[in-house]
Amino acid sequence: MRTPREHFRQVVKYTPFHSRTAVANELNLWHRWRDYSVADAYFDVSLEYTALRNTCAVFDISPMTKHRITGPDALGFMNRLVTRDVAKIKPGRVGYAVWCDEHGQVVDDGTIFHLSPGVYRLCSQERQLDWLHTARLGFDVTVVEETEDVAALSLQGPTSCATLCALGLTGVETLTPFAMRSFVFGGTELMVSRTGFTGDLGYELWIDPDQAEALWDALFEAGILYGIRPLGTHALDIARIEAGYIQAGVDFLPADHAIRADRTRSPFELDLAWLVDFSKPHFTGRRALLAEQSRGSRYRFVRLDVAGNKPATDAYVYDAKHRVVGAVTSAVWSPMSKASIALASVAMPHGAVGTPLWAEIYYQKELKWNRTNAECTVLAGPSYAPPRRKMTPAPLR
Amino acid sequence: MTKRIIIVGAGHNGLVCAAYLARAGREVLVLEANAQVGGAAVTRTFAPGYQVPAVAHLLYGFDPVIERELQLRQHGLTDAKSRGLTVALNPNGAPLVHDGRQVLSGLSHAEDRQAFADFMHKMRRLAVLLKRQHGRTPPKLTWASWRDAWSLVRLALQMRLLGRADMRELLRMITMPMHDVLEESFADDLLKGALAVDAVLGTKLGPRSGNTVLNFLHRHTGASAPRVPVGGMGAVSESLASAARAAGAQIRLGTRVAAINIESGRATGVTLASGEVIGASTVVSGADPKTTFEHLVGLQHLEAELARRIHHMRCEGTAAKLHVALRALPQFTGVEVALVGERLLIAPSALYVDEAFNPAKYGEYSSDPILEISIPSIADPTLAPAGHHVLSAIVQYAPAQLTGGWEAQRAAFEARVLAVLERYAPGFGSHVVATELLTPADLEAQFGLRGGHWHHGELTLDQYLTLRPVPGLGHYATPVQALYLCGAGCHPGGGVMGVAGRNAACVILQGGVS
Repeated sequence: MRTPREHFRQVVKYTPFHSRTAVANELNLWHRWRDYSVADAYFDVSLEYTALRNTCAVFDISPMTKHRITGPDALGFMNRLVTRDVAKIKPGRVGYAVWCDEHGQVVDDGTIFHLSPGVYRLCSQERQLDWLHTARLGFDVTVVEETEDVAALSLQGPTSCATLCALGLTGVETLTPFAMRSFVFGGTELMVSRTGFTGDLGYELWIDPDQAEALWDALFEAGILYGIRPLGTHALDIARIEAGYIQAGVDFLPADHAIRADRTRSPFELDLAWLVDFSKPHFTGRRALLAEQSRGSRYRFVRLDVAGNKPATDAYVYDAKHRVVGAVTSAVWSPMSKASIALASVAMPHGAVGTPLWAEIYYQKELKWNRTNAECTVLAGPSYAPPRRKMTPAPLR
Repeated sequence: MTKRIIIVGAGHNGLVCAAYLARAGREVLVLEANAQVGGAAVTRTFAPGYQVPAVAHLLYGFDPVIERELQLRQHGLTDAKSRGLTVALNPNGAPLVHDGRQVLSGLSHAEDRQAFADFMHKMRRLAVLLKRQHGRTPPKLTWASWRDAWSLVRLALQMRLLGRADMRELLRMITMPMHDVLEESFADDLLKGALAVDAVLGTKLGPRSGNTVLNFLHRHTGASAPRVPVGGMGAVSESLASAARAAGAQIRLGTRVAAINIESGRATGVTLASGEVIGASTVVSGADPKTTFEHLVGLQHLEAELARRIHHMRCEGTAAKLHVALRALPQFTGVEVALVGERLLIAPSALYVDEAFNPAKYGEYSSDPILEISIPSIADPTLAPAGHHVLSAIVQYAPAQLTGGWEAQRAAFEARVLAVLERYAPGFGSHVVATELLTPADLEAQFGLRGGHWHHGELTLDQYLTLRPVPGLGHYATPVQALYLCGAGCHPGGGVMGVAGRNAACVILQGGVS
């Protein structure tokens, strides 16, 4: 017999860490992430960001949509789903990936965890179960959403490795970027992956929800001398824009949400050509992407250094002849690079590295609106990419 | 690199496609799993000395253009003498007889005589619009090129050229249930029953289902009266095979294709059930779309959305086939001997047809099914020993997804059908020498028809024209390079027409891509 589904009665969900995040959230600022209540900020956005870049900070990623993919055709299924070659993601490794619809437009991005041979976890920004069930036809696989079955924290920053060592995770410093390893915590498995959304040294911790609170407590106790702080979404957003990472629904519209055909973007149009592998077996969108490769893309994703100190939020982007050629999708003042930076989508052929663009920025001073046309430089890479993010063994301080 | 074109399946569409490609100078190899050509258009022995058309048994819409271009008369196609009449059997007396234009006898409501003539005249006019779409690939729903745009504009223009009244009538009726149209047009039950059969035969629809008028129109895009070829339906296929061979095509029988091979998004040939691999520059599948993509190609070679559309394509067959070997001609109540060789219907009213459909909705067979009966041995005595006859009947509704499965219930269903025949032809049972019942499960197993569906997929507006078999496959070319479809699953659909095969050949010769 089916269990009665009462989930609709619960409008707001709480993560397994809520008893701890609620106490930590001195500002009582919350928003909804896939129905889960998560903190915008805990005590001060700037100080949380400062902790992230100088000591370490903890972000609750439990609401991330998680799926487990198993079965004889798991690899074949994953390879038909995403544009990169999943065969190259060995057991114990993690890979960033995007997946497309039949028109080669990005449906979502996420990370693939090769948990054990032939067993994958797919984490995504959006709910993907329907899409995965569609993609499953013709494959002998089982796809289960396990969002509620796994609690997860992201620990990021220069002292993150030291904190984990203090927690007793011996040898965690030898994890290479995008590797994962199992440890034991409270008698259960604690999976640690060297991954994150900040462009910095950092780890993600995956555990049974029953052990979530104990993990939070132990982590903060271990990190007390390493400046550990809770991290809200606002501070994280600064970091991910500095790292040049795109976000679904912000920097691109998931293809299955789009009504208008020109609103979506292909991987090429998001500067993700490195994720597209035409030499691997067939994947959804392959034909369309091949055609785009020979025909040329419509848009280009650019990382901008914007003159002045005003964030170019929602700004139109102009070319030298003052024609609108695109728009900013994410913008922020970057404390690390001491610059106003932005992510933008511009029409081809604009936006080649080194070419000038202008952002039309509106900003308020004491309720009075001002406008400025700020010159932008197209950057070749992210604004902030410290060497420690790639160092193995990871620095302990 | 080989220039060979492989055609999977020697059904009539595959043969038509083969003949056209071979005539254009291409190297063509047709691979057929069964021991004879024709697919569902075959004549075969079901009891020693008795032959019948095994699936399709009356020729309605075979394209005269194909018949002329492929010179099928020179290749042995001839019509048996038949008046092309439809005889609606009446359990209580005289049957109703019509020739598709006029009711000749048996009307209980005199006013229906003119109403029928007017109705059929109108339906033929409207069917012309559908017919005009047959000989070409369906319009593309895009303005990407002037050619695509023109294909849409032309369709709209042709609809407008029907005239204001007919266009309105077409738009009004195209999605209507046949039952409602019959009720507004006629009073005679036998007449309504006979017309209801024409609207539902071969589909999982009842007369009260939407889209049945479209089905009726589709049936009337061909000749208004059915033809009976000498030698049965197999003779059509034999003449096509002869034309194809004469043009240079090679046909291998008893050769089952196990897989269509794909490399880097391109069809490169086939693997046979024997394990043999045959390379090809182009592969054309005459199999139905589900069989083609789910079994031969593999859904993993398609985009996820297209795989889903194919998975959800509707193709549950509801028609079974009954063959009876008879030691004497049966005597149907009220039917004079001269009419027994015509198309006989058991569907005494539209309500009868609707009630026959009801159980099918719930996975049960009709206890009082509708029957379309042909006794081809009257026109063509070679089909049975001297003085003996064969009866061929399409029996509906016998849903493929029968609750409990067909093996357990085939005997009971056959007994039901024979009991119905006994009711309309008292003494029928005493003439029976042998019988063969082909359930949808048998049709799937023996003829490769997915779901036992005669038309390779339900013929309704959502699977019609550009949308046939599914959006994205409507133009014979497929997203897999060098792989084409040519079967009844494509526009313009089922019935032994051959049009899909000819259209596919045209697209291939023009180097068409999806």
